[in-house]
This record gives sequence, structure tokens and C-alpha cells, in this order.
Amino acid sequence: MQRATMDLWVGLFVMAGIGALLVLALKVGNLGTYSANDSYQVTGNFENIGGLKVRAPVKSAGVVVGRVTDIQFSTETYDALVIMNIDSRYKFPKDTFASILTSGLIGEQYIGLAAGGDEATLKDGDTIMKTNSALVLEEMIGKFLFNKASEGSSSENSDKN
Amino acid sequence: MPRRIVTGIQCVRHRVIDSIWRLGYATRFFLLTLIKSGTSLRRFTLVIRELYFTGVQSLIIILVSGLFVGMVLGLQGFETLQRYGAESAVGTMVALSLLRELGPVVSALLFASRAGSAITAEIGLMKATEQLAAMEMMAVDPIARVVAPRFWAGVISMPLLAALFSAIGVYGGYLVAVILIGVDEGSFWSQMQSAVDFHYDVVNGIIKTCVFGIAVTAIAVFEGYDAAPTAEGVSGATTRTVVTSSLAILGLDFILTSFMFRGMG
Repeated sequence: MQRATMDLWVGLFVMAGIGALLVLALKVGNLGTYSANDSYQVTGNFENIGGLKVRAPVKSAGVVVGRVTDIQFSTETYDALVIMNIDSRYKFPKDTFASILTSGLIGEQYIGLAAGGDEATLKDGDTIMKTNSALVLEEMIGKFLFNKASEGSSSENSDKN
Repeated sequence: MPRRIVTGIQCVRHRVIDSIWRLGYATRFFLLTLIKSGTSLRRFTLVIRELYFTGVQSLIIILVSGLFVGMVLGLQGFETLQRYGAESAVGTMVALSLLRELGPVVSALLFASRAGSAITAEIGLMKATEQLAAMEMMAVDPIARVVAPRFWAGVISMPLLAALFSAIGVYGGYLVAVILIGVDEGSFWSQMQSAVDFHYDVVNGIIKTCVFGIAVTAIAVFEGYDAAPTAEGVSGATTRTVVTSSLAILGLDFILTSFMFRGMG
């Protein structure tokens, strides 16, 4: 079996193809930032999760500290159970406050963690006690209109008096 | 009048039965190719020779069209996104549309018309000039010697070509959005990296290209092997390769997309 120039070209082609796959994985995708760090799992019960999705980031002070791995519905409390993996480099106190926030006006939703003052830290399998639901725009508009309407009717009443 | 209807029905029946017959023959041919591909894997030089013709020689068209598709996506994405003040998301748009759809589909369409038609014409002409029959006379199995190396070369080169297409397309988008228009470079890459998931987007795109590669080369070698051994037959088979494999790519793309991306992004 002889080596031919053709082999060189085919070798270059295969190398270029694998190189392109690496570029896609590391530069375009997030495999580089997604190192297989140890993480611990915590659960949060939310009254309403709005548009939160699996794989959404968990942030604290704007820094990504973990990701949402699963969202379930509990028929015992009729709440949403959000299960998130948090990087084990970051320890949070037991009374950490979790709220569902939106990045920008129409951006994606994420979980924001605000640390409390407890000495004990959250461990694998723990549940976050203090949660704050997502703001649902329709409900807010509904409340606003309701308030406006009640204000209007009360002012009308005061005019008559 | 009833006689005409009867002949019409017979004609349709004949066509339906004929196409089912052909489909069965194609399936048997495909399985036979898989069974007899041991030789081409042992004598890998055969596959390398075909990789040169199907893979290396398709590089230019794949790279140039990938670059231009990426550049157009950059322009159009910027044009639309700047209306919402979200022009830094142009990297996300370019990368996701290339990785999920355009990269696999456009490179498979180009591959079908560049390499698939060549495979069909080559095998069809070998049949028309009775080279395949001569091989059989010499106790060389033409499926193992001619068909299987071409099939495997196509299956190997398709994912590599599509990856090159997507990668160069992303850089084309970068060229237009960042260097020509002036979108911020940091947000271009960081938004792209936070939106593109390796398993969900990249791996699913690679699975798509593997399926397309198998479909295109299987259709190309079958049409070549099944071509009528005349000049007309070979030209008809080449046309059928391009038409059938383009339709197969688009149809399979819909099926695969509906399995892979079910609105959980």
C-alpha cells in the first residue's frame, strides 16, 4: 500500500471537518463553559413559574451559579416544583430567597437567588423555603385596571357628594 | 367509454405496483450494501479514494456557500433585530439557524447535486459500458467493490461537510455583523454561547446530517445501479437522484425536527 497525494488531501479534509466540529462545540456552543463541575440539587416551590423553562439559568447577583434541571407539578400543594442544580463552589444559606425574574422587558426568565443570613448552608436535596413567584403581566394589568376602576368609581361617588 | 376507464385503472395499478416493486428492490439493495461493506472497511484505500472525490472535491462549494449563507443571515438578522434594539442577538440567530436547519439541509442539498449526481452517473455509466458485468465475470462482487466504498465515503463526508458549512457560516455572520456593521464582538459571542446548547443543538444537527448522508448516498448508488444501460437511462437516473434525494432531505428534515425540537428551547 502506497501513500498518495490523495491521502494527504483526504487527511486534511477529515482534520478540517473535525476542527469545524470542535469550533461548533467550543466556540459556538457552550461546552467549554459547561464544565462537568460538581453540583448539588435544591428544590423550590413556586406558586406560579410564568414562562420559566428547563435549562434556564439560576443567578445570584447576576452571576450564573446553576441551571434549572426539571420542572414538575405537585398535586399535594398545587405548586410548581422547580429542581435546580447549583455549582458546589457556591454555598448558600438556608434562608436564601429565590424569585423568578425576567432579564429585560421581553427577555428569558431565570431564577434569582438572594442570600439570607443563616449560618447553615443548603445541602443536596434541600428545599428553598422562601420563594417569590413570577410576575404575570396579565394579572398585573388586571389588578391595575381594577384599581383604576375602583378609584374612578370612588371619585365619582365623592363628586356626587 | 368504460373500456377507457378500465385501461386507466390498469395503468394506475401498474404504476403503483411497479413503484412498490422498486422500493422493495431498493431496500434489498441497501441491505445488501450494508452486508457486503466488510470488504470496503478492510480495504480502506477504496473508501479513501472515494472520500477524495465526494468529500474533498465538494469542499469549495460547501465553504463558499456556507460563507455566503452566514453573511446573508448576518445582514438579514441585523436588519430585523435592530428594530427591537436586539442587534446583539444576531450571533444567536445566525448560530441557531445554521446549526439546527440551514447547515444540515443546505449542505445536504448541495452534496446531493454535487456528489450524489456524480456517483449515480459513474455507476450508471459503468453499468452501461458493462464494466459491472465484467467484474461479475471475474468473480468480483460489484456491490462490494464499487457500491459500498462510495456509500461509506458519502456517509463519512456528509457530517464533516455540514460541520464545515455551519462553522464557516458562523464566521460569515461574524464578518458581516461585527466587522462590517459593528455589533459588539463580546455580546455577539457570549449571547451565542449562552443560547446554543451542545447536546440539544450541535449533537442534534450532527444526527440530522448523518441521516441525510445515508439517505443521499443510498439513493445515489441505487439509482446508478438500477439505471437503464443507455445514455438516456443514465441521464434520467442522475436527474432522479437529485430530485428524489432533495425531496427525501426535506421530508426527513421535517420528521427529525419534529422529533428533536419540541418547543422546549
